[in-house]
Amino acid sequence: MKPATLPAAASATSMPASPASSTGPALGQPWPHESARAQVCGAAPYVDDLPETKGTLYAAPIVSPCAHGLLRGIDAAPALALPGVHGVVLAADVPGDLWLPTPARDEPIFALERVHYLGQVLGLVVADSPALARRAARAVQADIAPLPAILTLEQALQAQSYVLPPVTLRRGDAAAALAAAARRLCGRFEVGGQEHFYLEGQIAYALPLEQGQWLVHSSTQHPAEVQHWVAHALGLAQHAVRVECRRMGGGFGGKETQAGQIAVWAALAAHKFGRPVKLRLARREDFLITGKRHPFAYDYEVGFDDTGRISGLRLQMAVNCGFSADLSGPVADRAVFHCDNAYYLGDVEITSLRCKTHTQSHTAFRGFGGPQGMIAIETILGDIARALGHDALDVRRRNLYDPDPAAGRCTTPYQMAVEDNILPQLLSKLELSANYRRRQEAILAWNRMQPVLRRGLALTPVKFGISFTATQFNQAGALVHVYTDGSVQVNHGGTEMGQGLHTKVAQVVADELGVPLAQVQVTASDTAKVPNASATAASSGTDLNGRAAQDAARQVRARLAALVAQLDGCHPEQVRFADGQVHSPAQQRSFAALVQLAYAQRVQLWSDGFYRTPKIHYDKHTLTGRPFYYFAYGAACTEVAIDTLTGESRVLRVDILHDVGHSINPAIDRGQIEGGFVQGMGWLTTEQLVWNDAGALSTCAPSTYKIPAAGDVPAQFHVDLWPEPNREDNVGGSKAVGEPPFMLALSVYEALRNAIAAAPGAAGEQSTVGAATNPNPFAAQPLRLDAPATPEHILRALGALAPD
Amino acid sequence: MHTRPLRFVRRAQLVTLPHVPPDRTLLDLLREDLGQTGTKEGCGEGDCGACTVVLAERHEGRLRYRAVNSCIRLAHSIDGMALWTVEDLTRDPLLRRQCADAAADLHPVQQAMLECHGSQCGFCTPGFVMSLFGLYQNQIAAGAAGRGGPEVTAEQALEALSGNLCRCTGYRPIVQAAQRMGALPAVAVDEAELLRLLELLAQDGKALEGDFAYEAPRSLPALLAARAARPEAQVVAGCTDVGLWVTQQQRRFAQVLDVTRVPELRRIDWHADHIAIGAAVKLAEAFGALAQQWPQLHDFGARFAGLPVRNAGTLGGNVANGSPIGDSMPLLIALGAQLVLASTRGERTLALEDFYTGYRRTQLAPDELLVRILVPRPPSPSAAPDALDAAPHSLQLLRAYKVSKRWEDDISAVCLALQVEVVAGVVQHVRIGAGGVAATPARARQTEAALLGQPWTQASIHAAARALQAEFTPLSDLRASSAYRRAVLGRLLQRFWLESQAAGAHEDQGQNGLQHPPHLPQQLPSLEHHHLPLLLQEVAR
Repeated sequence: MKPATLPAAASATSMPASPASSTGPALGQPWPHESARAQVCGAAPYVDDLPETKGTLYAAPIVSPCAHGLLRGIDAAPALALPGVHGVVLAADVPGDLWLPTPARDEPIFALERVHYLGQVLGLVVADSPALARRAARAVQADIAPLPAILTLEQALQAQSYVLPPVTLRRGDAAAALAAAARRLCGRFEVGGQEHFYLEGQIAYALPLEQGQWLVHSSTQHPAEVQHWVAHALGLAQHAVRVECRRMGGGFGGKETQAGQIAVWAALAAHKFGRPVKLRLARREDFLITGKRHPFAYDYEVGFDDTGRISGLRLQMAVNCGFSADLSGPVADRAVFHCDNAYYLGDVEITSLRCKTHTQSHTAFRGFGGPQGMIAIETILGDIARALGHDALDVRRRNLYDPDPAAGRCTTPYQMAVEDNILPQLLSKLELSANYRRRQEAILAWNRMQPVLRRGLALTPVKFGISFTATQFNQAGALVHVYTDGSVQVNHGGTEMGQGLHTKVAQVVADELGVPLAQVQVTASDTAKVPNASATAASSGTDLNGRAAQDAARQVRARLAALVAQLDGCHPEQVRFADGQVHSPAQQRSFAALVQLAYAQRVQLWSDGFYRTPKIHYDKHTLTGRPFYYFAYGAACTEVAIDTLTGESRVLRVDILHDVGHSINPAIDRGQIEGGFVQGMGWLTTEQLVWNDAGALSTCAPSTYKIPAAGDVPAQFHVDLWPEPNREDNVGGSKAVGEPPFMLALSVYEALRNAIAAAPGAAGEQSTVGAATNPNPFAAQPLRLDAPATPEHILRALGALAPD
Repeated sequence: MHTRPLRFVRRAQLVTLPHVPPDRTLLDLLREDLGQTGTKEGCGEGDCGACTVVLAERHEGRLRYRAVNSCIRLAHSIDGMALWTVEDLTRDPLLRRQCADAAADLHPVQQAMLECHGSQCGFCTPGFVMSLFGLYQNQIAAGAAGRGGPEVTAEQALEALSGNLCRCTGYRPIVQAAQRMGALPAVAVDEAELLRLLELLAQDGKALEGDFAYEAPRSLPALLAARAARPEAQVVAGCTDVGLWVTQQQRRFAQVLDVTRVPELRRIDWHADHIAIGAAVKLAEAFGALAQQWPQLHDFGARFAGLPVRNAGTLGGNVANGSPIGDSMPLLIALGAQLVLASTRGERTLALEDFYTGYRRTQLAPDELLVRILVPRPPSPSAAPDALDAAPHSLQLLRAYKVSKRWEDDISAVCLALQVEVVAGVVQHVRIGAGGVAATPARARQTEAALLGQPWTQASIHAAARALQAEFTPLSDLRASSAYRRAVLGRLLQRFWLESQAAGAHEDQGQNGLQHPPHLPQQLPSLEHHHLPLLLQEVAR
């Protein structure tokens, strides 16, 4: 079926609020989220809202008050003395493996002889109410002999403390390219982590069933992993554990692996007491226990010519992984794969150091290392532009991958040809629509006149690779059931965390069967329905599960078409399904009527479906291959202002042009783009994680950790969609949209650096000195702005604060 | 000690709940006791808004609607009020449709959220819906009754949503929903019937005076007597801090003394020379009064926490709680505010800056309560000579600055409030309050001394900045380093100086007469953002 074209999608302002009619294809229409009506009524249940089974108990974690030390004992007596406390659950209570079955096998379920971070879970208290369990957990005394802790990347680098061995990706001879370059720059900077701050905290509700079977309600992006972990900890086969998740109150990567621990803990408590146990982390516990986006530190040397074109790059990325590997390997890999962003870099040597620190084990977060990789090259290009006194957009454009393969500049450092590059046109279009040149001039004039405020403008591109880099995860399954009244139920391996996956999958199925969207119901993710499903992650939810559901629906449709062909004496291809009707050259029937006929004829009215992403392959030892099926593109132009007295800043205007291919649902896609941008803006501006000298996370609540609020959203916020379909064969011609827009926010960071550079006395001011007056290629100092760009970091970048 | 039954109005019913412990939170009552799980817990400390519900009570003859955080609110504090949770908007018989549209089962607030795609994961959504319902009642429904209009400006929407966090949408669609809801078929609360029910509750409540675990006296003598009788009881007002002791520290209170039902403490009295703000006046109303006197304080007030906290928390609570990072105290110090403390022994008055004796320690005796805050008013504007004409080198300037990582709903890294009067080029009067720089909110006396009697010049400001930086030794913490705080103290004085130059002689007390300085362009379209947290914010207007 040909997807509808989207005139509405081209302009955000004219995007219709909801579909004009319920007939016609569902794809391409801005349908509301499938749960929206229930959500606005408070009638969409999350795990904590489910009716509780009689006898349910509540668990609370006992956490380490020490960042690193020897665990000598746990005194639970003060907790056990409280009426209503049932007991504690410690490592000795684990019937199966004491370690989580992660590839590195470096994470114990409960701390064993050693604690590795402040907040590590030592055990649980189980009580009659959540408040009592928490009160009792505070009363438990842990006897820990402190050991020296590694708390910063600097300390980890010095100690060569790694969770996984270093990885280097080389192409050509970077050292020779740097030596031969007309100009060179070197610099270093740091980028902080980010707390997911899903509004619904981590939670699991474990229910022992009959005959050693289990049901676990888990707020998870990866029910199959929860099933695997729970079975492993309980010493059971996976078939004994069923995991269900109807929806999450946000995930963003934070519930990809880390929902697993919560579920394992709840299940162990339920196992010990033989009763259903719910474990919901309080917000502060969630902050303290679970991992975050990986903080990075960069060290780079870049060689380029007088036009700003890069010929060689040496880049070291030190990754703060926390105390265990978790997903740090793939996250750090993706940072390596994305430190080119959209640019051909010549000869490169990219080193990735996966550092171990005594902090939370950092994990997946929207972009999965991509943002941390891309900020490196965008920073470098901004520095190059300032060093040359050129416009940064011109410098960026000069370095873009060349869509013409003959130019020999379209292969990534990991040897994948960029075949679908639309950035040259996309940047030009945004440059015009955002009025980039005129505003750049106006800002120059403003900055010359203004004594205190400085403005900055930056336009940065995004090229983001779509697919799991671990090839085997790029598969999905689905079930489509058609009931005798013609209503349709679809279930697939993906999970709904707000991103609208279920809505999009329902749209796909509705159109395959030619029924109104309202006739299609998506049900909870359930390991008993679709087994071995991959995490809903890597932006791939719709690509994989949409295609699997489409496959299932097509099989049902093919059987129905065969029946019609047989009844009407036509060819199955002549049978058309649309608007709830089934048309053959001879007759038109309602879908429901046909379904009843089919049932009577004993035609199977349900099917499974399966999908595996084509074309991809990747050698994890050499870091080369085609890890991505395609790239999603976009660009953002952001204007900011800073107050040079205090370092405060504002984002004033944002123009986005983003590529979602043919949008399956423009309202949902716009929501992903805007939400992703604002989340990225938060990462780079207000969201600062601070650990104190003892290794305690001091920013462990919304009172101290500041995600963007409504007033932070720029008053002028224009979003347009690129009008072309995906050049690869993808569901409905669409492209993945979950993560790529996050990195549009790099324009905020670059705009801030431009505003800082415009201030007199700023650290990078001298770097605007042109080539003629600056024979020394190292004289131009990059402007260092550590992210997030808090008022303090901006004031420091302005040179107005002495170093700490 | 027994608990008094908790009684409130919900869905046109009088609800009576016996045996609710005095420290039970409203959210736990809703979710755990009543099984109403539409209201969510996102943080348990009043900072995310997922738990927002709307309360209404009769105040000065009319109904006042307030969106509040249920997570840090003690359940008993809603006694005698009307309550709406997100589930109620489609189920409350008192919500009456203005036009017969049988298909429209959603409240316009919900319909607008649906149409504008305002929910993604949906977990924050009930809270946003309830904050919007509060806005709807105060803005749109009130407009229908002749107060204001049905329009919601973006600024009003942002203020109403300032206490609600969303991690998915980027807010744009939610703000759009706030502006859309007024265009949908109206739904009104049957206020006559609701007032009747509340009156029934009030009558009923009078019979229930007595010795209870959660006590909320209805008169000042009764309150002071209760305080004298039980100095160990936990005093609460809006509970926006004490609530966190319950939810975050799992503390328990056997006895609670709620000061918010005393009419004398809920009043704002405008006297010729001062404003007397009752200690239990909500922060929203208290800042409203201050901004009425000094319009330039509006944004500062709007940046105090989020609206649900300002709707619950009280000015007296903020002052008496004595946090060194409470934002109202530096301002009140700059304004020269005095506090009235009362007990059964009588009243005493002291300057706010003298109230604090150490970190979270105050002059309050065990039997004493803060009852009023007295804020001096400037002589009436008409009495003051027009500074521009009469005295070219004279000005009166009041500013309150807050520097934080986030503009809305954040806690100050540094808060600095200054009031300066310059006559004939010489500083005649100066008061400076500072927050975030010491163990208590502090008056910058040495800095004041450095300025007093000096010419109003850049050189004097530089000297004062040095004095200010020497006067305090701020800590390094998660909000900022000591070096940053110290630097910013001086730089805020510089901002004040620049604003005094920009304001010129047009600034007088109470008149927001800022002019564009000649060196700045008049029209700066791209800087027109109501929240521009920058120097010369007014310039952009």
